[in-house]
Amino acid sequence: MVSIFLILFVAATAYLFSDFIEYKVVAFLLLVTVSLIAMFFDIVPVLLAACLSAIVWNYFFIPPRFTFAIQSTENVILFSMYFVIAMVNAVLTYKIREIEKKANKKTEKENTLKLYDTLLNSLSHELRTPISTIIGATDTLQEEKHKLSEENATELISEISKASLRLNRQVENLLNMSRLEAGVLKPKNDWCDISELVYDVIHQLKDTLQHKPVEVNIKDNIPLFKLDQGLLEQVLHNLLYNAALYITKYAVITVRVTVNKEHHLVIIIEDTGDGFPEDEIEYVFDKFYRLKNSKTGGTGLGLSIVKGFVEAMNGSIRLENGDEYGAIFTITIPAEIAHVNDIKNE
Amino acid sequence: MNNSVEILIIDDEPQIRKLLNITLQSNDYKLKEASTAQDGLVMAASHPPDLILLDLGLPDESGHEVLKKLREWYSKPVIILSVQSREEDIVKALDNGANDYLVKPFRTGELLARIRSLLRSASSDAENPVVTVGEIEIDLSLRTVKKNKEQVKLTVTEYNLLALLVKNEGKVLTHQFLLRSIWGPSYIDQSQYLRVFVAQLRKKIEDDLNKPLHIITESGIGYRFV
Repeated sequence: MVSIFLILFVAATAYLFSDFIEYKVVAFLLLVTVSLIAMFFDIVPVLLAACLSAIVWNYFFIPPRFTFAIQSTENVILFSMYFVIAMVNAVLTYKIREIEKKANKKTEKENTLKLYDTLLNSLSHELRTPISTIIGATDTLQEEKHKLSEENATELISEISKASLRLNRQVENLLNMSRLEAGVLKPKNDWCDISELVYDVIHQLKDTLQHKPVEVNIKDNIPLFKLDQGLLEQVLHNLLYNAALYITKYAVITVRVTVNKEHHLVIIIEDTGDGFPEDEIEYVFDKFYRLKNSKTGGTGLGLSIVKGFVEAMNGSIRLENGDEYGAIFTITIPAEIAHVNDIKNE
Repeated sequence: MNNSVEILIIDDEPQIRKLLNITLQSNDYKLKEASTAQDGLVMAASHPPDLILLDLGLPDESGHEVLKKLREWYSKPVIILSVQSREEDIVKALDNGANDYLVKPFRTGELLARIRSLLRSASSDAENPVVTVGEIEIDLSLRTVKKNKEQVKLTVTEYNLLALLVKNEGKVLTHQFLLRSIWGPSYIDQSQYLRVFVAQLRKKIEDDLNKPLHIITESGIGYRFV
């Protein structure tokens, strides 16, 4: 419809000026219109437009006007040529567009495949490494028992335990991600002692944190918050785990918990590491995103789960680099507050 | 006995290094560890080990690149340990000069066997033209093959194929490498030649064709002589 309308519109406009422009010029105008139509529409309307333009040109413009008859031989040739050129033009433009579409689809498919490949690689690394440790260590414990010193045997068992925990964390992350994707995540709110929670997570991560000191800055009079402790624990766990893994040795991690003016819970986790590349900050919470210069390992799930969980609690998370060094994660969660002093100790 | 044998592990995963360290030390190998490509190359160059266990996913450089750099001067065995299990990765590593490729997770028994096999073939390279593997004896100077002391008649191509596999005992030789070496560069896609000749060789030297003990198929990759 649109294509027919366009042809008629151009023809009508040309008709208005037909005293000033020669009918041969009108042919060019119509040809351009057909080409433009071919760039945007399907093949049937394009061919229709090409035919219609030929008819319109013949009837309204080629002398004698307002008849389909063409008298001079020159005009017969012109008309035939117009018809052929319009058709060829229409078909060719349409074909080029199709080829372009195909090429775009191909690149899109290639990109998806590439993403899938990277994802599969990092996932297989994250899952297979601890599995290797478990299988290898049990093999050695079983088959090389007589050659192992007691100390080495104990160490292998501790490696098995570490690897199992790592595997568990990855599986947990994948399950959490599917819970987020499925949209079935509903926070179960209950009163939570933030201070206890922070120290608990730090304790859980003591092996990973090793030399990296964590300073905790929470005032004694911090109120209780009504929120989903499980979700917040996972959020803190992922952020501290990331910090422990990626910041330079001996950098300091600080956890600050405060209440802002709107009485929302604010948790700030900052470090004295290298911070994030400025141009990548906006992507770090994307699912499966991994920094361009990141070390091997990691699935790119940790931070996206953090964001998903914080948002599930109606909160928000922001990442920025410090003025001098390090990264600053700021989490804000609106939550009901209970001041400890208000609770009577009876 | 292995005391003097030194193995260098280049792997960024502390857990894997620890596991290999304990397992190999318990088998009397001397161990050195590097967690980055850079460290690994420096350590290999400053005191060349007898064998290198190399991971492909290193933080600073791909293991494939490390392997290429190593192979410019290092001729002793390199075994790749990697989570990457695609045939392309395995073939690429072997073509770049890896002697063997184990996909993580691997069994430690298997790793120890491959290490032993490669170390044996590396040390037997020296001068001795007669290779004895079980009941099979191959004399590389006289170009003769005996099974249970009896001469086995081989065609020229069969012999060349066997000799190539034997000279690289323990090492996986890719289809392309074998085809190029025996038949020439224009044959690298003609894997049917290889299938036919390997089958013929097995008929002559293996006891049970369904369970070959010497010419082992590495599915989709190549063959190994053990």
